[in-house]
Amino acid sequence: MPVTVNLPAVLSRLAGGKTAHEASGATLGEVVADLVARFPDLAPRLRDAAGNPYPFVTFYVNDEDARFAGGFGAAVRDGDEVIVVPAIAGG
Amino acid sequence: MAAENGSARPLPELSGDEYLRYGRHLLLPEVGLEGQRRLKGARVLMVGAGGLGSPIGLYLAAAGVGHIGLVEFDAVDESNLQRQVLHGTKDVGRPKLDSARDRLRDLNPKVHVEGYAARLDRTNALELVKAHDLVVDGTDNFATRYLTNDACVLAGRPNVYGSIFRFEGQASVFATAEGPCYRCLYPEPPPPGLVPSCAEGGVLGVLPGLVGLVQATEVVKLLLGVGEPLVGRLLLVDALGMRFRTVKVRKDPRCPACGTRELRELVDYDQFCGVPQAAGAGDEAPVAEILPAELEARLRAGDPLDLVDVREPHELEIARLPGARLAPLSAFDAAIPTFDAGRDVVLFCKGGVRSAKAARKLQKAGFTRVWSLAGGITRWSDDVDPTVPKY
Repeated sequence: MPVTVNLPAVLSRLAGGKTAHEASGATLGEVVADLVARFPDLAPRLRDAAGNPYPFVTFYVNDEDARFAGGFGAAVRDGDEVIVVPAIAGG
Repeated sequence: MAAENGSARPLPELSGDEYLRYGRHLLLPEVGLEGQRRLKGARVLMVGAGGLGSPIGLYLAAAGVGHIGLVEFDAVDESNLQRQVLHGTKDVGRPKLDSARDRLRDLNPKVHVEGYAARLDRTNALELVKAHDLVVDGTDNFATRYLTNDACVLAGRPNVYGSIFRFEGQASVFATAEGPCYRCLYPEPPPPGLVPSCAEGGVLGVLPGLVGLVQATEVVKLLLGVGEPLVGRLLLVDALGMRFRTVKVRKDPRCPACGTRELRELVDYDQFCGVPQAAGAGDEAPVAEILPAELEARLRAGDPLDLVDVREPHELEIARLPGARLAPLSAFDAAIPTFDAGRDVVLFCKGGVRSAKAARKLQKAGFTRVWSLAGGITRWSDDVDPTVPKY
């Protein structure tokens, strides 16, 4: 069940230099777990030590904020697109 | 919104020469004479005259926004000029407020620029925000972003948000009557140190131009009451892939600012963002520092210390210190076994922030003879060897 995960360029260097990745899982949390299993350095940037999402990294499933659909429990389906948007503050 | 504020104040008339100056606006039915009078009657608060604030200020002044309040406490540094187009080479060392005022006055003397030479903080934010129709967030740190957001929510003023890092940017319009706020998007900031600043991580000079002009466009639309504002949407700008896309931002009913409204006044934003109040007051362990002159004397005397550069490999070609080995902060944990606890270790980076972080990692791992070079390569260049470039 491939889902496309789009990382920002700033995190892509922790994921083999690529921004777009295929990952699988029935929930957002499983998709994230699948991705960080391949790129362990990415793990602390996507979830905390307990495996929960951070309040400063927003995950979108098909342009919808996953926080409003159960967080890492949000259901994902084949063909869905996950976008990772960490907080940035430069100006 | 514009109508709301506009109805409280009579719209100013245009003077004869303003018809010519704003002629291309007057030709647009969506702007027209009434729209241009609205712009002239508008009061916009800009927080910051840096990368984002430069294009925002230039275009708002050019467009004829009648009153621009500008909060800025910094001075122009040569390293700003790669992107902060409001300031020129002749302005290096001057307060940004002064150079911004001069430039905007030259661009459009019809516009009143009111400068506030202060840091926006909890004591002045609400009053400043209330005195304007809307706010443009061009700051460069999380504490001021949450402060700006909360002040806008409390005062009922839209917050035109933009932020950038390296090659990517974000923009949105927060804190309108119906829309979400910054806290709905990011309930809490990252801990200090997790996200490097542009001073550490770099930023593509044209990027604040792209994102700042998205903000300026949203300001003009809000003031005119035309188009579809970026309310409830976050624009993501990817300059490398040159992709622009929007995702939804929902108003969070649990948001303490705009949802439950349990946030009734401004808080301590440095504390909220985990910024240490003063040396030793935060959670971070103190780090011993060595001054450049002292390090130079020890190196000259042949002291067998372990001199370690914790910058990233691509920074080596910009500047380097002789005799140093590289152990980048990004992979520092893996490099800890290469250190010898029996030797004095001196860590350095560009400005001293990353080397202090690396020093804490070594201290945590049990090393006691660890020093961070105060001021990094920048201060080394100032105090010891001016042939080492500052960047």
